[in-house]
Amino acid sequence: MGKLFRPRSQTTLEHIIFIMKNIRNFSIIAHIDHGKSTLSDRLIQATNVVSERIFQDQILDTMDIERERGITIKSQTVCLPYKAKNGQTYFLNLIDTPGHVDFTYEVSRALASCEGALLLIDASQGVEAQTMANLYLAMEHELEIIPVINKIDLPSADIERIKDQINDDLGLDPESAILTSAKEGIGVEDVLEGVVNKLPPPLGDPGAPLQALIFDSHYDSYRGTVIHVRIFQGKIKPGDVITFMSNSAVYKTEEVGIFQIEKVPKKEISAGQVGYIIAGIKTVSDTQCGDTITLKNRPCKTPMPGFKIEKPVVFSSIYPVASDGYEELALAMEKLKLNDASLIYEKDSSVALGFGFRCGFLGLLHLEVVQERLEREYDLSLILTAPSVRYKLVMQDGSSRIIDNPALYPDPAGIDKTLEPFIRASIIIPDRYMGTVMKLCLERRGINITYQYLTNNRMEMIFELPLAEVIYDFYDKLKSLTQGYGSFDYEIRDYRETDLAKLDILINSDRVDALSQLVHRDRAVERAKHACEKLKDEIPRQMFKIAIQGAIGGNIIARKTISALRKDVTAKCYGGDITRKRKLLEKQKKGKKRMKMVGKVMIPQSAFLSVLKTDND
Amino acid sequence: MVSSHPLLFDTLYFGGGTPSVLKPENIGRIIKTANGLFNISTDTEITIEVNPGTVTPEKLTEYKNIGINRISIGVQSFNDKILNFLGRIHSTNDAALTIRRARKAGFDNIGIDLIYGIPGQTKKTWLSDLRKVVEFEPEHLSCYMLTYEKGTPLNRERQQGKFKPVAGSLLAEFFETTMEYLTAHGYVQYEISNFAKNASKISRHNFKYWIFSPYLGFGPSAHSFIEPRRYWNCRSVKKYIENIKEGRLPIEKKEILSKKQRMMEMVYLGLRKTDGIDIDAINKNLGINFHQMFAEKIKQLEEDGYILRIQSGTHCALSRKGMLFLDSIAPMLMIENWG
Repeated sequence: MGKLFRPRSQTTLEHIIFIMKNIRNFSIIAHIDHGKSTLSDRLIQATNVVSERIFQDQILDTMDIERERGITIKSQTVCLPYKAKNGQTYFLNLIDTPGHVDFTYEVSRALASCEGALLLIDASQGVEAQTMANLYLAMEHELEIIPVINKIDLPSADIERIKDQINDDLGLDPESAILTSAKEGIGVEDVLEGVVNKLPPPLGDPGAPLQALIFDSHYDSYRGTVIHVRIFQGKIKPGDVITFMSNSAVYKTEEVGIFQIEKVPKKEISAGQVGYIIAGIKTVSDTQCGDTITLKNRPCKTPMPGFKIEKPVVFSSIYPVASDGYEELALAMEKLKLNDASLIYEKDSSVALGFGFRCGFLGLLHLEVVQERLEREYDLSLILTAPSVRYKLVMQDGSSRIIDNPALYPDPAGIDKTLEPFIRASIIIPDRYMGTVMKLCLERRGINITYQYLTNNRMEMIFELPLAEVIYDFYDKLKSLTQGYGSFDYEIRDYRETDLAKLDILINSDRVDALSQLVHRDRAVERAKHACEKLKDEIPRQMFKIAIQGAIGGNIIARKTISALRKDVTAKCYGGDITRKRKLLEKQKKGKKRMKMVGKVMIPQSAFLSVLKTDND
Repeated sequence: MVSSHPLLFDTLYFGGGTPSVLKPENIGRIIKTANGLFNISTDTEITIEVNPGTVTPEKLTEYKNIGINRISIGVQSFNDKILNFLGRIHSTNDAALTIRRARKAGFDNIGIDLIYGIPGQTKKTWLSDLRKVVEFEPEHLSCYMLTYEKGTPLNRERQQGKFKPVAGSLLAEFFETTMEYLTAHGYVQYEISNFAKNASKISRHNFKYWIFSPYLGFGPSAHSFIEPRRYWNCRSVKKYIENIKEGRLPIEKKEILSKKQRMMEMVYLGLRKTDGIDIDAINKNLGINFHQMFAEKIKQLEEDGYILRIQSGTHCALSRKGMLFLDSIAPMLMIENWG
């Protein structure tokens, strides 16, 4: 293990300055799958911050979903002690960032806590949309950037081409790029040396009033909320009474420390350092990413810039499949919320599905992650309703309403106009897909603003698109149309007027509230047909005919019929057949627990979920 | 197990496979042995299954002499094309001959098995089968809808698309036609697929399966049932023989039915019979109030014409329309959350 610098009881100013000079705060930014997690793991291993056993147990096995999807949802921050070639020991704070467009704000707060960043580029994939988006973010924060070309061991690696892209697309010096294969452990030391030599140490005055930026927080079942901070000015120690500048909430500091996979308590942490604060805060929702912490009795003059309260943009209701599953779901949501401040929810109810929750998410991926965690970690079977964006309605009487739930959509006669959120999307593709992508975006009511060639056959297209179109299978379509080569990033722009309609699904004339969707009127027929077809495929034939209809108000716009079962009888049932038959009945009974009744019609869970699926699944 | 039965047995059944490959004298020995070991009533129904074309008049007479009083003949169809499709080795002539011979040998309780819903079959050809079979005036008729069992050559061919199975709507018509035709010709339907000339000619043996009576099965794969236990013998003939030789019961597996499982079986099997579920019996057996438990369901099913309450409400049975949907309806009368 590298030698840890442990301050003596008396922390002199020289000491602190010595620490600051030997601190580097940095992030790794990359497009999905370009190897960020692997490189992080290698850096952690190379600095021996933890034993190999703990490494296996705690790093590699944390959160299956992250590993499987190759994305980081909950960032890990770690302080790596590194003895550099110049003989000095440095403390390299690697601040991990969530790797998806839904979490851009969190990424920006993490980057705000750094002085530099490693920009990781896959040696065969090259520059992608998120590479660009993250680079822009890093540049906004005036970070020193070191390009790292990863996966150089792959046969398809083309280092020269990537260097050209770094020069042409990113405007960075290709000669400064470090070559690595995180998987093979190649170039790891070069990266560590690069961090030490090319990135600047933090600035700040340990003697000034405390100014600490919250860039993340997580829930610890023993200690409550652990706030991840970067100290910009001053210092903090246990016993200090602190206040959050956004809401003036006051807490007493119980413990401060740094992360070395496990929490390592310290007597104090001070300007330039990255670490944690525990202050008896119950849930992570009581802290806000981007907020500034200062001392109550000696506050700093201004908070760190860039704070905003994050608002969910995608909404969906979650119901348990089991009719008695609400309590269990409620408990699971509560636990999940402890660690996920951006998840918001409230109780919701449906005629078809009973009690559940209306939830707000930062994006579609966030939604999927929450769904998956509920199903895996809490072993729940769920039904989700069609994701919706948040619409602004201006009513005839001049009042305005915000609607994200079809169940609450008012009588259209009372609506004067409806506004929907628009995004600015950046799509990077090989130029042979230009026509296909253009067609897709125009179909999705996109407006092509600009495009530019990044290299002689790669281009970036900028569109303005309604968010509602993007949360409906856009990303999957883009991926399949571009055979995986298309990459996508977005930011929310503004609200624009739209022509909205509420699409209802009727099953044998009963409206199934959980299947209603808010859709653009031009897309209503297509969506209605899609829903009817999917339901027809998923609802088993029953003893009577089942009519599935899509309707806007009283107007039927799509229809499918499931013909009645004509017979369902086992002809022979004697001695040996009886056990077999009973086992079949038992299996059916089990399956039935996953069914919902609408009138007399049994609808399986899969039918509710199928409506959300696209045709190319 | 063998010696400890206080039960009085009143049926013996040789079937499942081709028991007629045994010499009648050997069957006679089995009957004698059984009589020595079990308490068997004097008017026991003794049935043997035979395939057309496998029995001579002599053999039939011998059957009669050793005490067999009921013959079940696997005719399946009176159409040679269909017999061929089913892979049967006999012809329609063989079938007619066997029925006549059985009569001649003095059997006054003859059962005939037919199958319908065979690819290529039309309502007309099926009706013609029914017409022919009725001419022989059998005491008992079993008419089975063709089913495709997993792992059978027929099912494989179906999956390979070698033929087109009969549509569900046509099968339903066949089923209804069968009920109508046979009732019109003096037969009483007493179970989904079974008809008798009169109440005394129902298959006493088969009926026991549906009323939860105890039975003992001998031979490979045979099932035994003594509520709440069910046993079945090992499939392999070799293993079966080995077990017997070593003085062990050749049981492959047994199950002890929970209350919930008993209920499932009683409801499912009860609804197969035209006299339906004996509500008093099920209430007493399970300690429940069946009517109360399913009042709403039963009312709805009655309104929709699937269920009848018969014998002044003491029995709950399926209507003809309901019988077509036995497998859908039975689960509605079973409890979901029950130990």
